[in-house]
Amino acid sequence: MVKLTLEATLSGHKGQVWSVDWSPTSKTLASSGQDKSIKLWRQEGGSWVCVTTLEGGNTRTVRQVAWSPCGNKLATASFDSTTCIWEYDRNTSTWDLAATLEGHENEVKSVAWSGDGDYLASCSRDKSVWVWEVMDDDYECASVLQVHSQDVKKVVWHPTDPLLFSASYDDTVKVYKEFGDDWECAESFTGHSSTVWGLSFNKSGDKFVSCSDDRTLRVWCRDENKATKYTCKSTVCGFHSRPIYDVSWGRHGYIATAAGDNAIRLFEQQGASLLLSHLQSDAHFGDVNCVSWKGNLLASASDDETVRIWTLET
Amino acid sequence: MNGAALQNATPTLKQASTDRETSPDDWDDEIFDEVDAREIFDLLRTIKDPEHPHSLEELSVVQEELITCNDVDNYIDVRFTPTIPHCSMATLIGLSLRVKLLHSVANRFKIDVRVTPGTHQSEEAINKQLGDKERVAAALENPQLLNMVNQCIYGAG
Repeated sequence: MVKLTLEATLSGHKGQVWSVDWSPTSKTLASSGQDKSIKLWRQEGGSWVCVTTLEGGNTRTVRQVAWSPCGNKLATASFDSTTCIWEYDRNTSTWDLAATLEGHENEVKSVAWSGDGDYLASCSRDKSVWVWEVMDDDYECASVLQVHSQDVKKVVWHPTDPLLFSASYDDTVKVYKEFGDDWECAESFTGHSSTVWGLSFNKSGDKFVSCSDDRTLRVWCRDENKATKYTCKSTVCGFHSRPIYDVSWGRHGYIATAAGDNAIRLFEQQGASLLLSHLQSDAHFGDVNCVSWKGNLLASASDDETVRIWTLET
Repeated sequence: MNGAALQNATPTLKQASTDRETSPDDWDDEIFDEVDAREIFDLLRTIKDPEHPHSLEELSVVQEELITCNDVDNYIDVRFTPTIPHCSMATLIGLSLRVKLLHSVANRFKIDVRVTPGTHQSEEAINKQLGDKERVAAALENPQLLNMVNQCIYGAG
């Protein structure tokens, strides 16, 4: 019997909580939202507490927060059209605003570090995807990719290969690869009939699952002959009654979805398709905007101003 | 707006409704009053059109028959009808309807605000934008746009 047990409800944010992300190097959770702040949460003496609040970087909603692979930096995508970089200073044990990346014309919707930490990607309502080269404390724009015809909602790096994926309001997912000194779009994946809000890879990266405003999930499998080519093998419909805002494929194989019907659902792979293993109705008192796995822990962010931490039991 | 010619200079006007009739039961705390379409209509009907000095009810942009409200399922569905099929203010009107509901009804409700089918040439694009909570949230952080929405909902100032 697969189920989720509620470990903690974290209050402190004011307004919608849009994003949660686990540190890759410790059991610290970062969250961000409408109140323009980033909060770091950790378990102390058995209970989860907010250990740090980062403010004064972004001046509007912080749509997404992302840990760097080394665990010493945070990138934040904001409606104020900038991406902020926060760095941990070991000497003072504080987080400092290290850089503010400008360039997008309006709201930045998502930001993601490549697995080796050499690149940072950001995307915006201005329809563009930017790739930034990370050189110590310097961030240089390596490419501006204008391939989507609408608002770009999410950027995600492939877990093992230097490939960048983006999901958009134009209903497509696109993949980019390095090309000389620049980056280029290698493939465009169509199938969803409305905005693609997010996507998540399995551990090896030979499959990813995408989630959409069209209330479906799609499972995409890698072509054996072409690394950038994925084909939709199944469409998972009939489970969600409102838009699906996020999807996270855990390393244990369970796929969690965050939806506008206040629920969290867990799926597992069955052949090319997905099987619903658990439905957590009323997981929050509002839309669930984001889900993130760390081992058997699942964090969720919601419009109800809270973050919740769940334990997976199988 | 801004002194430019109105897109629809002489709209057909409808008489505004009278207030809902009250009954002694309304004040009885023992009786549970479900939120209904008329209640939602009353919240929306006084919103001002961005171009005309009239309410959305007078212009038949909002109509009680085009509102569905299910108190048990926590669901509100509002269809609005632009006065002309190429009305450039349709998104602003839809945004005003959504914001008024966000301000007024319990947050347990899921709200859909859409154009009445077949009444606007960009129906699909407008519905998609109004249905995108992220776009709505970002729009409301834009001071100029928020000011326009507030003028429609709460009048000048």
